[in-house]
Amino acid sequence: MKPINCIIEEVRSETPLIRTYRLDRNLNPAPGQYLMLWIRGVDEIPMSFSGQDTITVQSVGVATQAIFRMGAGSEVGLRGPLGNGFALKGNKILLIGGGVGTAPLAFLAEVAKKADISVTSLLGFRSRDDMIFQDRLEGLGETIITTDDGSYGIKGHASAGLKELNLFDYDQIYLCGPEMMMSDIISRTAEHAAKTQACINRYFKCAAGICGSCCLDPDGVRVCVEGPVLLADRLLDSEFGRYKRGPSGAKGPCRG
Amino acid sequence: MPSLSIHAGGLDLKNPVLLAAGILGTTGASLRRAALAGAGGVVTKSVGSVPREGHPGPTIVHVKCGLLNAMGLPNPSYRDFQQEIKTARSAGVPVIASIFGSSATEFAQIARVLKADAFELNLSCPHAEKYGSELGRYPDLVESVTGAVKAAADVPVWVKLTPNTADILELGLAAQRGGADAVVAINTLKAMAIDIETGYPMLGNRYGGLSGQAIKPVAVRCVYELAGRLEIPVIGVGGISSWEDAVEMIMAGAQAVQVGTALLGGYGIFEEITCGISRYLERKSMTLEDLCGLAGRRSQ
Repeated sequence: MKPINCIIEEVRSETPLIRTYRLDRNLNPAPGQYLMLWIRGVDEIPMSFSGQDTITVQSVGVATQAIFRMGAGSEVGLRGPLGNGFALKGNKILLIGGGVGTAPLAFLAEVAKKADISVTSLLGFRSRDDMIFQDRLEGLGETIITTDDGSYGIKGHASAGLKELNLFDYDQIYLCGPEMMMSDIISRTAEHAAKTQACINRYFKCAAGICGSCCLDPDGVRVCVEGPVLLADRLLDSEFGRYKRGPSGAKGPCRG
Repeated sequence: MPSLSIHAGGLDLKNPVLLAAGILGTTGASLRRAALAGAGGVVTKSVGSVPREGHPGPTIVHVKCGLLNAMGLPNPSYRDFQQEIKTARSAGVPVIASIFGSSATEFAQIARVLKADAFELNLSCPHAEKYGSELGRYPDLVESVTGAVKAAADVPVWVKLTPNTADILELGLAAQRGGADAVVAINTLKAMAIDIETGYPMLGNRYGGLSGQAIKPVAVRCVYELAGRLEIPVIGVGGISSWEDAVEMIMAGAQAVQVGTALLGGYGIFEEITCGISRYLERKSMTLEDLCGLAGRRSQ
């Protein structure tokens, strides 16, 4: 599909480095799906939906900094919604989010609540100042928060909150956050891997399943079209958490 | 079922339907997946002598008649690519390494070190400064690059030609003089698209290459012209998305074909095409050999 033109209607600051942008149209995405955002003259990058018509952006590079210079009324191009999205299953679900990865989970929680599914959230942040969507999720069900520095909730990584929960209670577990955090959770909860859906990140160029830049070892899963949501079962013995390829295709470390 | 195995361009292929360069060729795992899905051989993403990140996005644009791309030759360099070829080879079909450089020396340096079942020389990418068609549109450079790689490599050398020229036959003859084992025709047609909301060129690199349905008749004509004059085999590529397209390309004179843009529809395309060719040959009581170049013989 060709990029369509879209106008940013509203910008909301979540933290100094994270903002939510509301677009002038509802593309009817499923939680976990993404769009390719074209910042004209700069680049085109993938972004998860944080709501029906919103994306939540963390300033990390040239393209996201360019988005931060845009205000209400600015125009962007976009292709989407793309990818598979989360599959909503069961009556009682657990969401485990880290940092800006909380964004698609907050969207999922709202959709789940509308379907009368009970939602519990475990969210990990660096510190109190980095917390996002706490209100959104607390209004939808039990919410446990961890911070690395202990400035709010349980001190430690998201995994420190696992002992508060009995994972057998949940029909499905949904995961999104930095790769090392997700990989840590998946390896600690391996016996639940068949019911854990993880929304992951790889370097997308075409976002159409043909260029090969996002393919996952060892099976060559095309994350841009067969993901970005993959069962943890499929990630356990993969490159996930071990290495990832950058824009040139060279392997590098997984950060974050 | 009629046999689809063939000896083409110095390689033994179990069938004549290969994965084209630049498509799902960044990792050994995705190449292997294409092979396991039924490709008779796979061509890697083009690799050069230094790592490149490629052009900024958008890197592809869907247009009504096909696909525009300007990836910009992203690759980790040949020094960091041998493992991917090794993984790809584990599927048991030939792995052809597509390589690019800005001079005969640079091409030869890569071909001396990299191990693959064959090389395909990218003398035809239409959107990377100093590479591809910027060399490949000059017959004397096509000949000297081909000659240099032939001298450096101990495996077959295929030369992928650009259609962005007044006379592709001249380029094919130059590759043949340089000692090529086959020519591959065609690469993408240089093209662009503009966003009419804002006037911005849609590709990050402004220019790109057009592939898919739109270019198939151009590719068929190029293959027909080349096969009519060259003594070396022609591998046909450009807009093949069905078994009928493959049959047409083989009738034009291609000994084997490559599939690229049609992978947008998934890996199933290889089986779809090979099964279709088999059923066709059975129905017509023909062999692959009977099919190859039939259009040329009909027009004599």
